[in-house]
Amino acid sequence: MKTVSKIYTALIFLFLFAPIAILLVFSFNEAKSLSVFTGFSLKWYRELFHDDATLQSVRNTILLAVTSMVISTIMGTAASVGIYKMREKWLRAALNTATDIPMTNPDIITGISLMLMFVFVGRLFGLANSLSFWTMLIAHVTFCLPYVILQVLPRLRQMDVSLPEAAQDLGCTPLRAFFKVTIPEIMPGILTGAIMAFTMSLDDFVISYFTSGAGFQTLPIRIYNMTKKTVTPKMYALATIIFFVILALLIISNLTDDSDKTKAK
Amino acid sequence: MTRSKKAGWVPAGPYTLWAALFILVPLVFVAYYAFTDNSFAFTFDNITRFFTATSVVEGRTVHTYMLIFWRSLKLAVISTVLCLLLGYPLAYAMARAEEKTQKFMMILIMIPMWMNFLIRTYAWMTILQDTGILNSFLSALGLRKVHIIGTEGAVVIGMVYDYLPYMVLPIYSIMAKMDDKLLEAARDLGCNGFGVLRRVIFPLSMPGVLSGITMVLIPSVSTFYISQKLGSGKFFLIGDAIEGQYVANNLHFAAAMAFILMVILMVVMALVKKVTANSVYGGDAL
Repeated sequence: MKTVSKIYTALIFLFLFAPIAILLVFSFNEAKSLSVFTGFSLKWYRELFHDDATLQSVRNTILLAVTSMVISTIMGTAASVGIYKMREKWLRAALNTATDIPMTNPDIITGISLMLMFVFVGRLFGLANSLSFWTMLIAHVTFCLPYVILQVLPRLRQMDVSLPEAAQDLGCTPLRAFFKVTIPEIMPGILTGAIMAFTMSLDDFVISYFTSGAGFQTLPIRIYNMTKKTVTPKMYALATIIFFVILALLIISNLTDDSDKTKAK
Repeated sequence: MTRSKKAGWVPAGPYTLWAALFILVPLVFVAYYAFTDNSFAFTFDNITRFFTATSVVEGRTVHTYMLIFWRSLKLAVISTVLCLLLGYPLAYAMARAEEKTQKFMMILIMIPMWMNFLIRTYAWMTILQDTGILNSFLSALGLRKVHIIGTEGAVVIGMVYDYLPYMVLPIYSIMAKMDDKLLEAARDLGCNGFGVLRRVIFPLSMPGVLSGITMVLIPSVSTFYISQKLGSGKFFLIGDAIEGQYVANNLHFAAAMAFILMVILMVVMALVKKVTANSVYGGDAL
């Protein structure tokens, strides 16, 4: 049984990584072919670093992801605290339902619905094209917020209520007790929520596709436009770089996770 | 900030406003566009067009959008079932592995998830092409070449590949938390290995299975990129139809299709929830 499950696991991972491995290998191919390797070359990487449109889209993606992360983390944390303290059951239920909608609706519907509203409101103001960085930012904050709330709210519920109360008994104002006691208690949830918001924004294509204007292109949209035509191996070079960045980030986050645990012990 | 009865209002205020403006109002706009024509006069035409529009395919008259819709649902269900069949044993093997190995496998599962899905899908297109790496591999082995690209099979491969991690992770996280004592107890009470799996592990992992199904079914039923690339644009899925109407600036019909898709998915997900809930609390599990 043990060997069977090992072989099975290996086969699934082979399936998951074979396409990525092919991209990696052929990004160093001299020829344009994706099936015959003719010789090692870095020319596609050189081409990539001279492709201004792609580089600009990388900067745009990071700008958008950082902004949506900051806004959704602050607003989402505040919302969690509010929902946690709320006495009105109906309002709490309504907010929880609203939070679930972007999570369970297909991306294409979230994207279309926001686009219809932006276009309609834009027309009211007589704008021919209302889609821009700002509409994209609104869309990204909207689909990032549930991830933050779903991370922070359970942390608040797990927190010992007597902690902030003790702080207030010892002379803290409620606001000071919140920042000195509650925030540190729920910090792991806030951080995980922020990281999830950042990666969701970074990786989103479908919602961005419907809410982006011509002037502001993110990397996924740039990739989409690149794959409409026959692709040059420049894109495989890009994929390879993305792969190693992700690998590094995952390893770092796992290592810091480990050192946290040893400290806690 | 005093401990008044309305304490929750202040911090939740911005989000309440945001959710109303950017989650609920846009959905109202979908319905509004779906039931109006280009001059915003009320009409059922967009909805009836979806159910009745016909076209001629290979000499036969078919309901264009119904055909597209059923095809989307069929391919999404096939992909979801395949993801479950492939992913469940993997999640099980991961949860049973040593802690160090578990961590390593988590990283391995998450890397493809974090790679942009456009790139992953494109990679499959180059692999499955008639002149692609799969066929050069087959002919090097002296085997016959296969024609996969542009078939429904290629789209299913793409969907399974893209969404498999979304099935594995929720099931794994439930299984990893499972109390080993329960499994031991079942064994002590005379269950064999398969019995433990069927009577204890499977019912307990149901919440993970449910969220796995949701996370695979919903994106695969509404995708529009996978079918364009791996189906070579030969057949449309509902996502392609919506995107096509958007590109053609037919916003009212696009909204009508989005509206219908949203309603149908709500019904489907309610059914899925009911079925999985029954198998948790149903007689067989007890």
